[in-house]
Amino acid sequence: MDAVVVEKLEKKFNGFTAVDKISFNVKRGELFGFLGPNGAGKSTTIYMLTTLIAPTSGTANVNGFDIRTDSEAVRKSIGIVFQDPTVDIRLTAYDNLDIHGRLYGMAAQARKERIREVLELVELTEWKDKMVKTFSGGMRRRLEIARGLLHTPEVLFLDEPTLGLDPQTRRHIWQYIEKLRKGGIAMMLTTHYLEEADYLCDRVAIIDHGRIKALDTPRNLKGIIGGNIIRIEAREPQKLAEMLKKNGCCKAPKVEGTIVSFEVKEGGKLVPKIMSAASKAGIDVENIEMRMPSLEDVFIHYTGTSIREEKGAGGDMMMRRRARGF
Amino acid sequence: MAFEPGKIYAVWLREVKRFTNSKARIVSSLGQPILFLVALGGGLSAMLPGFNYLAFILPGIMAMTVMFTSIFSGVSIIWDREFGFLKEMLAAPTSRETIVLGRILGGATTAVFQGTVMFILGMLFTGVPIPPLMGIIGIFVLMTIFSCYLVAAGIAIASVVQEVETFQLLMNFLVMPLFFLSSALFPINQMPSWLQDISGLNPVSYAVDGMRGMLIGTSTFTIAYDFGVSLAVLLVAFLAASYFFNKTSI
Ligand SMILES: Nc1ncnc2c1ncn2[C@@H]1O[C@H](COP(=O)(O)OP(=O)(O)OP(=O)(O)O)[C@@H](O)[C@H]1O
Ligand SMILES: [Mg+2]
Repeated sequence: MDAVVVEKLEKKFNGFTAVDKISFNVKRGELFGFLGPNGAGKSTTIYMLTTLIAPTSGTANVNGFDIRTDSEAVRKSIGIVFQDPTVDIRLTAYDNLDIHGRLYGMAAQARKERIREVLELVELTEWKDKMVKTFSGGMRRRLEIARGLLHTPEVLFLDEPTLGLDPQTRRHIWQYIEKLRKGGIAMMLTTHYLEEADYLCDRVAIIDHGRIKALDTPRNLKGIIGGNIIRIEAREPQKLAEMLKKNGCCKAPKVEGTIVSFEVKEGGKLVPKIMSAASKAGIDVENIEMRMPSLEDVFIHYTGTSIREEKGAGGDMMMRRRARGF
Repeated sequence: MAFEPGKIYAVWLREVKRFTNSKARIVSSLGQPILFLVALGGGLSAMLPGFNYLAFILPGIMAMTVMFTSIFSGVSIIWDREFGFLKEMLAAPTSRETIVLGRILGGATTAVFQGTVMFILGMLFTGVPIPPLMGIIGIFVLMTIFSCYLVAAGIAIASVVQEVETFQLLMNFLVMPLFFLSSALFPINQMPSWLQDISGLNPVSYAVDGMRGMLIGTSTFTIAYDFGVSLAVLLVAFLAASYFFNKTSI
């Protein structure tokens, strides 16, 4: 049986649908990604799968146990790294891990051994006896990851594990996650960083307004877009777009400011054609760019908006994180 | 409900470690009672010749110390919710009753420790003779019961209220009246009758009365009655704490 099996899972908050009857599976040993903007329903899904809130309807099995009827068994099987910080900053790193191990019923010997291992994994061994309130955001995050792994769970949930961290620390955490994947644990990770989903995940579900819009490997998702994305910067973008449509270069060019962009099967052959057609029509092309599609394009393709437009709200979240982490 | 001693110990350990890690909390929670004892006890003693008021309020001051720390400890679940640690506990394969029990015992440990410090200070500086061993044990047991029900009451309240903003409000409008409208500072039988009625309904009065009886030999009720009332309150408070904490969510 798959590590996580989700069937028509739904969550409503006073009539507002946060998660809208989603279904998906996470296979054993797989790193499954949940990609979506702020408010998409990622955390709500994680809370339901980790038995912290009850679904309105539908159900899910985690490690073979029903989240509604067998929550204790589910909890024993999983590790969680929450989006918001949950370590006790008035305890040392070691005590945070020690108390976690006890809460999960680990025997003394195994607990000590595992604490040593996970501290080493996240490179906090030297800091183990320091109070967590003296830790940087990145160190706290690493401690949370260590804690989530301490009791050797079958499934690890990571809710935005790199939110608000600098690029260097983010790469660092990616390394740990990759190491874990080699160890064979099933992981479900949420993120609104496209690069993160693309770089780390075996399969990605694109979620928006509580619905899964697409689900596949990053490679296949990008394949949906077809061949390439072409972006042209021109003085008269509207005119250029009209012309391109008329001469059959593309079907649905999008105009934003001075940029005309569209998806095509084989961009390589088209670029010279566009250039000559434009010069014949007397339209100045300032810049033309052809690239492979990214998950960003896939996201736009399915949701109609860019995930980056939500940046303002994302910034807010980071502020809150920092304020709370105090 | 499964009995999980190892996990109860985990929750207890966290409470105690947090306490010992914070020197400020230890000092500040003793400062106020010492001030009361010195200023109120010292001052009023001088005005009431022939009555050792200092000895009379020592149990009241010990109760005050225990009250502050206990209720603070129970209500601090509000802070755990705010700072996230509550999620860590609720997500663990640990029953809610275990968490409640661990917190009660942890909070009571820190509170009784402070009550004991006040007791020793009182023995040293108020001239109250040291009670017999049975009396000392009785005082500790009653102080522990008292502390446990206050922590439990704090947990029950924190499970329902949930907002940090109400924290200070609770401390002021719950702890202060409970303390002042009890027998902690004045003998019940010399109060005006309306105050006697209120104070008779206030469980704090019985804990103080029992401790006073065992410490200096004067009490309004019998010691057994004081124990009985306190144990009954503990049972109710524990059930309330379990019930409301069971319903709480992240
Ligand atoms: N307890 C709650 N009560 C009411 N509405 C809620 C509650 N929790 C979440 N929501 C709403 O449900 C929606 C999904 O929230 P959720 O936290 O799952 O989003 P998310 O994808 O994790 O977003 P983010 O990237 O910002 O963490 C949001 O619109 C949010 O306002
Ligand atoms: Mg979230």
